[in-house]
Amino acid sequence: MRSETGFDPELYARFPTREPRPAEEKDELQRIWCAPKGWEYLTVVNNNYIGIYYLGTAFLFFLLAGVLALLMRVQLAAPLLDVLPQATYNQVFTMHGTVMMFLFAVPAVEAAGVLLLPQMLSARDLPFPRLSAYAFWAYAVGGLCFFASLFVGLAPDGGWFMYPPLTSKAYSPGINTDFWLLGIGFIEISAIAGAIEIIVGVLRHRAPGMSLDKMPIFAWSMLVFAVMIVIAFPSVILGTLLLEIERAFNWPFFDATRGGDPMLWQHLFWFFGHPEVYIIFLPAAGLMSMIIPTVARAELVGYRLIVLAMVATGFISFGVWAHHMFTTGMPPMTTGFFSAASMAVSVPAGIQVFSWIATLAIGKPRFNAPGLFVMGSIVIFVTGGLTGVMVALVPFDWQAHDSYFIVAHLHYVLMGGMVFPLFAAFYYWIPMVSRRAMSERIGKWVFALMFIGMNVAFMPMHLAGLMGMPRRIYTYLPGQGWELPNLISTVGALMLAAGVVLFLIDLARNFRLSPGGGNAGNIYGGGTLEWLPTELYSTRSIPVVTSREPLWYDPNLAENVEQGRYFLPRSATGLRETLVTSPLLAEPQYLQIMPGPSPWPFAAAIFTAGFFLALTVQAYGFGLTSGVLAVIAVLRWMWDTDRPVAMEGVDIGGDIRVPTYMTGPATHGWWAMITLLVVLGMIFVMALFSNAFLWSNQPAFWASPPAPADAWPILALELLGLSAALGARPLLRRGVLASTGAIIVAAAALAAAVVVDYRQWTAAGFLPEASGQTASLFALQALQAMVVLIAILMAGYMAARALRGLVTRPSNNTLDLTALFLAYAGGQGIAGTLFPRLLDIAG
Amino acid sequence: MRADPPGRADAGFARALEGWPPPVLDPAGPYSEPVTLLAWALFIGGTIVLVVVLAALSVALFGSSGLKRRLGGEKAIWIGGIAFPVVVLTGLLIWGLSLTSHLAAGKPTGQEMRVRIVGEMWWWRVHYLDRQGRETVRDANELHIPTGMPVMLELQSADVIHSFWVPRLGGKMDMIPGRTNRLMIQADRPGIYKGQCAEYCGGPHALMGFLVIAHTPEDFARWKASRRPAPIVDPVARRGAALFETSGCAACHVIRGTRAQGLAGPDLTHVGSRHSLGAGILPNNPGTLAGWIADSQAIKPGNRMPPYRQLGAEDLNALTRYLAGRQ
Repeated sequence: MRSETGFDPELYARFPTREPRPAEEKDELQRIWCAPKGWEYLTVVNNNYIGIYYLGTAFLFFLLAGVLALLMRVQLAAPLLDVLPQATYNQVFTMHGTVMMFLFAVPAVEAAGVLLLPQMLSARDLPFPRLSAYAFWAYAVGGLCFFASLFVGLAPDGGWFMYPPLTSKAYSPGINTDFWLLGIGFIEISAIAGAIEIIVGVLRHRAPGMSLDKMPIFAWSMLVFAVMIVIAFPSVILGTLLLEIERAFNWPFFDATRGGDPMLWQHLFWFFGHPEVYIIFLPAAGLMSMIIPTVARAELVGYRLIVLAMVATGFISFGVWAHHMFTTGMPPMTTGFFSAASMAVSVPAGIQVFSWIATLAIGKPRFNAPGLFVMGSIVIFVTGGLTGVMVALVPFDWQAHDSYFIVAHLHYVLMGGMVFPLFAAFYYWIPMVSRRAMSERIGKWVFALMFIGMNVAFMPMHLAGLMGMPRRIYTYLPGQGWELPNLISTVGALMLAAGVVLFLIDLARNFRLSPGGGNAGNIYGGGTLEWLPTELYSTRSIPVVTSREPLWYDPNLAENVEQGRYFLPRSATGLRETLVTSPLLAEPQYLQIMPGPSPWPFAAAIFTAGFFLALTVQAYGFGLTSGVLAVIAVLRWMWDTDRPVAMEGVDIGGDIRVPTYMTGPATHGWWAMITLLVVLGMIFVMALFSNAFLWSNQPAFWASPPAPADAWPILALELLGLSAALGARPLLRRGVLASTGAIIVAAAALAAAVVVDYRQWTAAGFLPEASGQTASLFALQALQAMVVLIAILMAGYMAARALRGLVTRPSNNTLDLTALFLAYAGGQGIAGTLFPRLLDIAG
Repeated sequence: MRADPPGRADAGFARALEGWPPPVLDPAGPYSEPVTLLAWALFIGGTIVLVVVLAALSVALFGSSGLKRRLGGEKAIWIGGIAFPVVVLTGLLIWGLSLTSHLAAGKPTGQEMRVRIVGEMWWWRVHYLDRQGRETVRDANELHIPTGMPVMLELQSADVIHSFWVPRLGGKMDMIPGRTNRLMIQADRPGIYKGQCAEYCGGPHALMGFLVIAHTPEDFARWKASRRPAPIVDPVARRGAALFETSGCAACHVIRGTRAQGLAGPDLTHVGSRHSLGAGILPNNPGTLAGWIADSQAIKPGNRMPPYRQLGAEDLNALTRYLAGRQ
């Protein structure tokens, strides 16, 4: 494949261009990308700011959850202590796990993506800056409120995996559990938003010539990460929805006495929960694979194998979830499958570890702070991986499961696989964002304290587990020999904390944040594009990429980029813009006009937080108002977008011209919508799974559904909706009215179908509170109703834009995306109408 | 007369608690022994692999250039990262799979003793079953078994998920509402074996212990024969019996042969012969028994039994005397 889009790669030979660029171009770039001042900082959307805020907030949660860990370690230092009373301890360990997993680990790696990816790919920003800003604010505000529940004793206390029935209304009547469920709602939103951003950014915003095989490993890891989020998170989104519905409206999804099943939660949770571990690990491994070549001053050995390993990890990780359930009485056939998959997943991890070692071997490794942290991380991660193989063996897991052995194992994996790489990344990339690098001398102390402390804290826990100590206990009886390992663990935890405190002191001394105001630069000698000179607009011009470490092979690259001798040395339209390239070979396709600062993402985030928090404390009126305001704010922020400029094509350097507006399947908006629809589709598929799971596990509670043949009016309406949605795009050539009309007809038909379907079930005597069957059935309908409600909003938005004359002809992005969404809603409706009616017949 | 368990009650309880040697590595029956063997193989194998990786890392960092060159290529990845793990893991998997099907409980064969154990927040109901699965004796928080005989446990839950785990006798198995899970255990030596709930079940989950008492078959037969209500002889105990019915105890506890038929709490028909109180957390003696009755909330906060601080010393003594005699 010579060219993917018809772009002639010979044109790359025009760069670097020779003639000097006018000086005012750079000033104009600075003016266009400059950040607002004062209070208006809340309106920034640029990734340089959002990335730092995001990472800082995630790190704050790391510290907060770390303090909780220390409290627990003090409580467990000796038997029968009363430092934390039982109820507090149960809240504290629940929050420690939840905050570390949901508020620290996932957002931290996502933040690393937001901060680093545009630089590494040499894009001016991520494709949807306002979405990033919204995701960040929703996470920060929601996360902090959620954490504050601890101070009023209302924090969740059901453990981070929240197994019902312990978390059902009957055994957890307080609002603590609701705080968990709704608090997690924010993280789900920001994770999905981030995943869409990253998928589209990595695939469409790479510098020209950066074909997939020249992409930095970190971008690969973030791509796999984002795809995994898109597949895995829907499962926990659905799970939390169902549990909250069960708690609020008494629909018995998980209540075994009424035909629900507590095992359904475990499947939904772990289908997310185990991939989650790799969701955290892969980006961190990607960071390792970026840092190690620089530390070793050698090219990464086995680039293709690493990429393959990451993709393989992504695949296999979806076949291991039930290894958290080996003690639930699954048949040996089933446990055997999951045991095999759990062992298989260690092969790609081994590939990466040996690639790193081989890379260190061919180079001349330096023992600087990032170097020490990556080396320490390899040791810790391998240890955790080995205990992971042990617990993948079912009979051993029967002993180790839910004991301190597991606590040791998971901390080795996560500290070695995520925390140490992240600290390496802090040391390595801080010179990119700060005027001063961190202290190397203090860095060695930080590493020593953290590395030794980590091992002292967690190594004895293996033994405690073998001595019979279960996890999640607030105290233990004396005389069991558990005193010594626990005391040692506590000492180790304090050492680890001392290391982190030392890091904070160094950070306070040396971190000088000044995006656009210079930075310490490429002090470690990295070879990838983020080490080009950058300002808020990223690099002055966007280079042509011909190798994986362009800075190592072209010593003049930095100078040429800074002098504007590559693509887009100026703002072609006078607006914020970046180059959209093709997914495989990164050939220039069109210029994306990017939105600037706006208060609306911030407002939308505040109201979203208000919506969830008000629902938690049962202030329904306030919650509803907040929800409506959030929707209005989102629509308002989008209103400014999708406005073509009056220029058909512009020169992006070297006399190469690209269009400034494109529609159809090649656009970034289309890609984002498809990704979003995959998310919705996965949520729906998990809902279908829930229905089928209860059908096969609780046959005694199953009633015969209405005859499938009687569903024809519903299907007819849904087909009408689907075809009207599909027709809207071609109809735009005839006129805006015809097209908008088709959209409105589609939305109306789908809404009617929801009503008719609901009435048919209720007329047949089905009520949601009755059984697991009816609950899961009406959950399908509720999902469809929600999708249709969004579709109606979109149709209204579309109509408003048509009235204001904002719909371009012969094609328009807003229309395309609305039509796509409606078509999806039609398809989902048809599946949701047929599935529960046909299920019983299939059996 | 009480069947003779190994050692005095207090000493037996203390011995059961002892965590050294680590129970997982100190198996006492055929459902735990093969797992211990597997565990040792895994620890030794794992340590060897860790040492090899550390050696490779050291070579990469400090080795001579000749050694480094050998390590620095895709060949190292193919050997260390792919070929080696695939071979080792395949072997382990086969071992694991065959052990799993060997240890997993099947259908009852009629050769084993059967017991139904129901997890409660935060204690255990124990129902001894006959070969046909009919209930014979009810007890709580302790299980008596004969040595050398496989015991099939039918595990259920009355409320939330619990997990049954007596590491020296076998692995753990969850107790899930709406399901019955089966677990095989067996003790080959007489003794007291400690267990504990392993699935977080809220509140005082940390204090939900369990004891398995293994007797020689002869002792076990004697113990079984002694399972009938003991007569009340001493007048203080007789007063305690009356108090038991009038002070509210009977609303939650069963003592067979009396009017105490409450089902919410543990069956106390044989409470005096138990080795522990509060679900495997206190040695059973008159002092701890009185303390538990007076204020169990101070001992095991959050448990479902209200404190009886209003009882005077004499009443408490009478109740204790009565209950200690329920053997």
